Amino acid sequence: MVKKVFQRPKYLKKAVFHYCPGCGHSIIHRLIAEVIEELDIGEKVIGVPPAGCAVLAYDYFDVDMGESPHGRGAAVATGIKRILPDRIVFSYQGDGDIAAIGTAETIHAANRGEKITTIFVNNGVYGMTGGQMAPTTIAGQNSTTTPGGRDVKRDGFPLDLSEMLAVAKGCVYIERTAVSSPKNIRRTKRAITKAFKTQIEGLGFSLVEILSPCPTNWKLSSVDAHKWVEEQMVKTFPLKVIKDEVEGVIS
Amino acid sequence: MGEKQLMRGSHVIGEAAVRAGCRFYAGYPITPQNELAEYTASAMARLEDGTFIQAESEIAAINMLIGASMAGARVMTSSSGPGISLKQEGISFLAAMELPAVIVNTMRGGPGLGNIAPSQGDYFQATRGGGHGDYRTIVLAPASGQELVGLTRKAFEYADEYRTPVFILGDGMMGQMMEPVEFPEPIDPRSLPPKPWILNGAKGRPSRIIKSLLLDTSVEEDHNWKLARKYERIEREIARADTYLTTDARLVVVAYGTAARIAKGAIKRARELGLKVGLLRPITLWPFPKRALVEMSRQVKDFLVFEMSTGQMLEDVKLSLEGRSQVHFYGRPGGIISTPDEIAKVINTIYHRQHLNED
Repeated sequence: MVKKVFQRPKYLKKAVFHYCPGCGHSIIHRLIAEVIEELDIGEKVIGVPPAGCAVLAYDYFDVDMGESPHGRGAAVATGIKRILPDRIVFSYQGDGDIAAIGTAETIHAANRGEKITTIFVNNGVYGMTGGQMAPTTIAGQNSTTTPGGRDVKRDGFPLDLSEMLAVAKGCVYIERTAVSSPKNIRRTKRAITKAFKTQIEGLGFSLVEILSPCPTNWKLSSVDAHKWVEEQMVKTFPLKVIKDEVEGVIS
Repeated sequence: MGEKQLMRGSHVIGEAAVRAGCRFYAGYPITPQNELAEYTASAMARLEDGTFIQAESEIAAINMLIGASMAGARVMTSSSGPGISLKQEGISFLAAMELPAVIVNTMRGGPGLGNIAPSQGDYFQATRGGGHGDYRTIVLAPASGQELVGLTRKAFEYADEYRTPVFILGDGMMGQMMEPVEFPEPIDPRSLPPKPWILNGAKGRPSRIIKSLLLDTSVEEDHNWKLARKYERIEREIARADTYLTTDARLVVVAYGTAARIAKGAIKRARELGLKVGLLRPITLWPFPKRALVEMSRQVKDFLVFEMSTGQMLEDVKLSLEGRSQVHFYGRPGGIISTPDEIAKVINTIYHRQHLNED
């Protein structure tokens, strides 16, 4: 007897990802789709993709999807959720989207305690536009707009958005994970599940920051890019639960 | 219709919006339109299904509207000059994604921070699209409290029917002025026709996408032409103007909103002096009531455009008439409110200079 042990999640369309080889978006998409299926919320979910590499997320997720202008995901998701409070609304945002142009929308949605879930994909670079410095580019990291690497005296420091959000009282769950190893991928899936459950229970704003490799713009092989997340990126962005006021409240 | 009530213009819009089934308002404080947000905050709080959000910025407010409109609600925001400029990115997205929304601009003196006095300097911004890309917005220009009631209701109807953002273009004077008004019966939003395109979870139907990114140039071109055809249909169907004493007029003043009310007073004075003067008042600024103007040009050879700006609608009047008649202009920008006497003098001067008093 043949046992099926691996298949396309129900809420991913039969489409081929356009993401580069070794990019973390494909893994993260799959994890979200698996969580939606396992929590049986596929008919209630509305996703808000960003501007950036993941704008085409609506071509992959087989749930209702509404595109947001660059950085405004938290505001768009707020509008949807306030009209349809019994639906599950998530925004999917990159580092430039959420931590540069959309900082204000994100902080205030978190502070209002909007019952939405944000998936924050941090790859330390503007991917779609070709590798410019992101708010999360780490010190010394090369980008097309930081010749010689990010100089914190010239370019400022990488922004710890998740730690900033944690002080917002309306924000109840934030965890930083990575998709750099099977162990971290499993941990990321648990965090996404917890974030969605936080919303299902109506507890407040939840966010999962996921460190994600960008081999193309980092100019590293796929394997080296994954190593770089684990050896370098985590020094600036340690993997940890940043805020958890839902432990014990949700199952 | 209910009882007559004495209300200021800003409150009239808020009440008319809620009665039109609007259940979502997001905005940011800016003078001279705060009374509208304040009224709406109370009105929404009284409703079980009403949402009012004081947003962190004008940008956040318009993007909240994008989300609430995607979810199917009748939605509104309001602001004034500088705030409307900040909203333009979102308005372009609303137009591109064909999402209904109502945006109130209570115009003030500009450019820049300008001042908080009544002005009509945002005509170009409202009627030419305002944001990036190839699009138009419907622009309604009320001139009285009672007309605010009717046009606010119409704004929501047009937004839904054409799936497009609609502007109500007023000014600080209209927002503050108190007038007696009567309201129509409120609409229960649940009684409105269902919108078959909204995002509410793909239950028992295929999943939907609302987006504006069209990387394939031929697809974007098709979308642009589809929008253009919609805008042509809007031009055919809703262009409107009001006229006053034009039957025998030799000089017709073209003015909208508050300027039109001042012009009306001036025309009454000019008539007392025996001058044959009338008023053409565009009610829709986009689409501009071209045909009404062209028809009038068969009889009227002199038009006087009066605006509380340095001359913006003036261009639409000239484009409509295509040289058929002479177009004169008088404007007071910067928040200056002309008196009817002042405009009557301008009318008198032009009337005699053009020898309209001679048979």
